[in-house]
Amino acid sequence: MLNIAVAGNPNCGKTCVFNNLTGARQHVGNYPGVTVELFEGFTVINGKRFHVTDLPGTYSLTAYSKDELVARNFLIDKKPDVIVNVVDASNLERNLYLTLQLIELKIPVVIALNMGDIAVKKGFVVNPSRLGAMLGVKVVETIARNNSGMEELKTACSEIISESLPPRTIHYSSEIEDCVSDLEKILSGKSFFPHVPDRWTALKMLEQDETVISCLKTSGSSEKLFPVLEKYIQKIHDLTGDDSETAIAEARCAAASGIFRDCVSISKIGKRLITEKIDSVVCNRYLGPLILVVIVYMLFTCVFKVADELQWIPLFNGEWVSPVGLFSTFFDFLSETASTYIKSDILKSMIKDGIIGGVGGVMGFVPLIFLMFVFISALEDSGYVARIAFILDRLLRAFGLQGKSVLSLIVSGGLGGGGCAVPGVMAARTLREEKDRLITILVTPMMNCGAKLPVYAMLIAAFFPDSRGQMMFLLWALSWAFSLMAALFLRKFIIAGEQTPFVMELPVYHMPAFKNLFIHAWSRTWLYIKKAGTIILGINLIFWSMMYFPHQDTVPDHAEEQLRHSFAGRTGSALEYVSKYIGFDWKINIALIGGFAAKELVIGTLGTVYSMGDDALENPEPLSAKLSASKDWSPLRAFALMVFVMLYAPCMPTVAAIRRETGAWKWAVFSVVYSTTFAFVIAFIIYNSARIFS
Amino acid sequence: MTLAESKEGQTVVVRKVRGSGPSKRRLMDMGISRGTELKVERFAPLMDPVQIRLKGYSLALRRSECAFIETEHAGK
Repeated sequence: MLNIAVAGNPNCGKTCVFNNLTGARQHVGNYPGVTVELFEGFTVINGKRFHVTDLPGTYSLTAYSKDELVARNFLIDKKPDVIVNVVDASNLERNLYLTLQLIELKIPVVIALNMGDIAVKKGFVVNPSRLGAMLGVKVVETIARNNSGMEELKTACSEIISESLPPRTIHYSSEIEDCVSDLEKILSGKSFFPHVPDRWTALKMLEQDETVISCLKTSGSSEKLFPVLEKYIQKIHDLTGDDSETAIAEARCAAASGIFRDCVSISKIGKRLITEKIDSVVCNRYLGPLILVVIVYMLFTCVFKVADELQWIPLFNGEWVSPVGLFSTFFDFLSETASTYIKSDILKSMIKDGIIGGVGGVMGFVPLIFLMFVFISALEDSGYVARIAFILDRLLRAFGLQGKSVLSLIVSGGLGGGGCAVPGVMAARTLREEKDRLITILVTPMMNCGAKLPVYAMLIAAFFPDSRGQMMFLLWALSWAFSLMAALFLRKFIIAGEQTPFVMELPVYHMPAFKNLFIHAWSRTWLYIKKAGTIILGINLIFWSMMYFPHQDTVPDHAEEQLRHSFAGRTGSALEYVSKYIGFDWKINIALIGGFAAKELVIGTLGTVYSMGDDALENPEPLSAKLSASKDWSPLRAFALMVFVMLYAPCMPTVAAIRRETGAWKWAVFSVVYSTTFAFVIAFIIYNSARIFS
Repeated sequence: MTLAESKEGQTVVVRKVRGSGPSKRRLMDMGISRGTELKVERFAPLMDPVQIRLKGYSLALRRSECAFIETEHAGK
C-alpha cells in the first residue's frame, strides 16, 4: 500500500487536512502541539487505498524536540511515497523554512497551500504555479476548514507518485555548498542512512546534528569523515563569523525569504488584522487577566445553567426538566421497572444497584460534560488558549512551570470540569526540557478533569445547592493553587534545575469550525460514555459483589450492617484507622478505592453503597438527596472529600500514560504516592482547622 | 542593544542571535535571524513574556531569550 505523510507547521490547518482526507474523527486544535502522536487513517484515490499519517506539527526538523524527532524519524525510516506539506499561505515565509527541509529529503512533495483567504486579508496573493516551479513540487490551493481543494489534493498525490518526481535541490550559499559537495563525495556509496540522500546527511553533519553524528560514530567509519568535518565546520566559521549550524539555518531562512518574495504579489497595503485588534484588548496588560477570569467564570455559569439549572426540555407528561434531569428521570424509571418485574433478590439487587445505579449515576452527567467540551473546544479552536499561555507564563514560571505547561493543564481540565488527564499528560510532549515536562506531567492530574465533575456536581447539589457556580469556581481556583503548590514543591525538592526557553506562536484568531467542534465534543463525550458503559459497569459489578458477599440473609433491614460485614466494608473499615483523621468513614474509603480505577466511579460506588439494601420504590431520591439527609454528612466533610478527590492518586489510565510518557514505572508509582500523600495532608488541614475554628 | 531593552511599539532589526544549542536554534527556526525586522507589540501583564511581530505573524518570547537577540533600530 502507498503511504502519504501529512507534515507542516502547527496552526497551519494540518490536522484539518488530515481529517478531510481520512474522515477520522480527531481533534482540530488551534494551539501549538495538539497533535503529539502519529495519527493514522486511510483514504481512497482513484480506487486505490492510501495509508495516511498525520505527523506532529513542527517548525523545523532538528533533533532538539521530541515532536520534530518523531516527524523526522518517520520520514527517514518509513520513507513515505509522498509528503503532503500543509503550508499556511498567510504565513508563507516561515512555513517555507520547513518546506525546504522536507525537500532536502528528496521525497516527492505536494504542497497544500492553505488559508489563502487569510493571506488576501493580510494584503498579498501567492502564485501557486510559480511556487511549485521553484521548488519542483506540486502545489494545490486548499481551504481545509471548508473542505475545499481536497479532491485536487488527492489527484496531485496520485499524479506525483506515478510521475515519481523528486523535488528540486535548493542551493544555499557557496561557502556551504562547497563543504556539502565535498562531504557528499566522502559519504557516497557508504549508505549510512540508506533512505536519505547523501546531501541531507552532509547538511546534518555540518549542522552538528547530535542524532546523525552519533549514528555515524557508532557505525565505525568515522576516522576519515570526522577530521574532514571538523575542518569544514571551522572553515564555515571563518567565512561567516558564525557556527556552522547557524550559518545553515540562516541560509535556509534566506532561501525561504527569497522564494517568498519571488512568488508573492502584494495586492494592497495590508490592513491591521482583526487578530491584532483583538490582541490589543485581550493581551492588554491590565484588561487581559480580567478578561481571562471573566471568560472562565462565564464558562461555568453558562454550562451549569443550560445543562442542569434551566428546565427547558418538555416531558411527555407535561413537566419540564433540565438535560441532567432528563437522564435521572430515565434511570429512575428503569430502576423502578426492574424492581417491579424481577423477583429474585440477588438478581434484583445486582441489576438495580450494580448496573443501573452505577451507570446511571455517571450517565446523568453526560449533558454537562458534552457542553463543557463544546465550550472548551471553541476556546481552543479560536486561538485564545495560546493567549492564556502568554498571559500566565510569568506567573507559572514562578512555580517552576512554563507557559506551555498551561496547555497540559488546560487539556486536563484547567478551564473547568471538562478535559482529561490522559491527553493532558501527553500534551506535555511539546515541552522541550525534560524537567519542565516531568513536573507538568506530575501536576497535570490534579486539574479538575471531566470525571471529577460529576463527583463535585453531586456533592455540591447535596450540600451547597444555593451556590453551585461559586463552588465550582472555588474548586477551579483551588485545583490551580494546589497544582502550582505541588509544582513548586517538585521543582524545589525533587526535580531541581534550570528552566527552558519559551518561544510560542500566537496564532491568528478565527471562528471555531462548529461542525468540527460538535464532532469533537461528541467524540470526547462518547469516549466517556463508552468508559461508563464498559469499565465502569465492570468495576461497579465487582464492587457490587464485594459489597453483597458474604451475604447475611438474617438481617435484611440492616443494610449498613450487611455492608460493614462484606468484603468491601472490611477493607474500608481497615482504612478508617488512617482516614478518621480527615473525617472519612469506610463508605467513603470504598468509593475512593473505586475512584482509583476511574474518578467518576467515586460517585458510582457511593451510589451503590448508599442505595444497597434500600427499596428504591419507597426511596427514589437521587444520591444527593440521600447524602444531604444523612446525619454522617456535613458540608465540611463534602468539601474535604471534593478536595481529596481533586488531588489524590491519578486514575489508572493516567498512571499508564505517565508510565509511557516518562518511560519509567518509577515516575508512575511516584505520582500515585506523592499525590495521595499531598491530598491527605491538604484534607487533614481543611478538616481539622475548620473543626478548631467552629 | 538587545531585544530585551526595546520598548513597546518599537521596530528593530536583528543584528545577531547570540548563544548556541537548542534555544538559539529555536529562535532561528521561528524566523529570527540576521536582518529580520521585529516589532515589539506588547509585554504580558507581568512585563514578561514579550509579544513580537515578524514576517506577518505573532510570537511570544521570554525576556531571557530576548537578551540573546542583538538588535539595532530599523532604518539605520
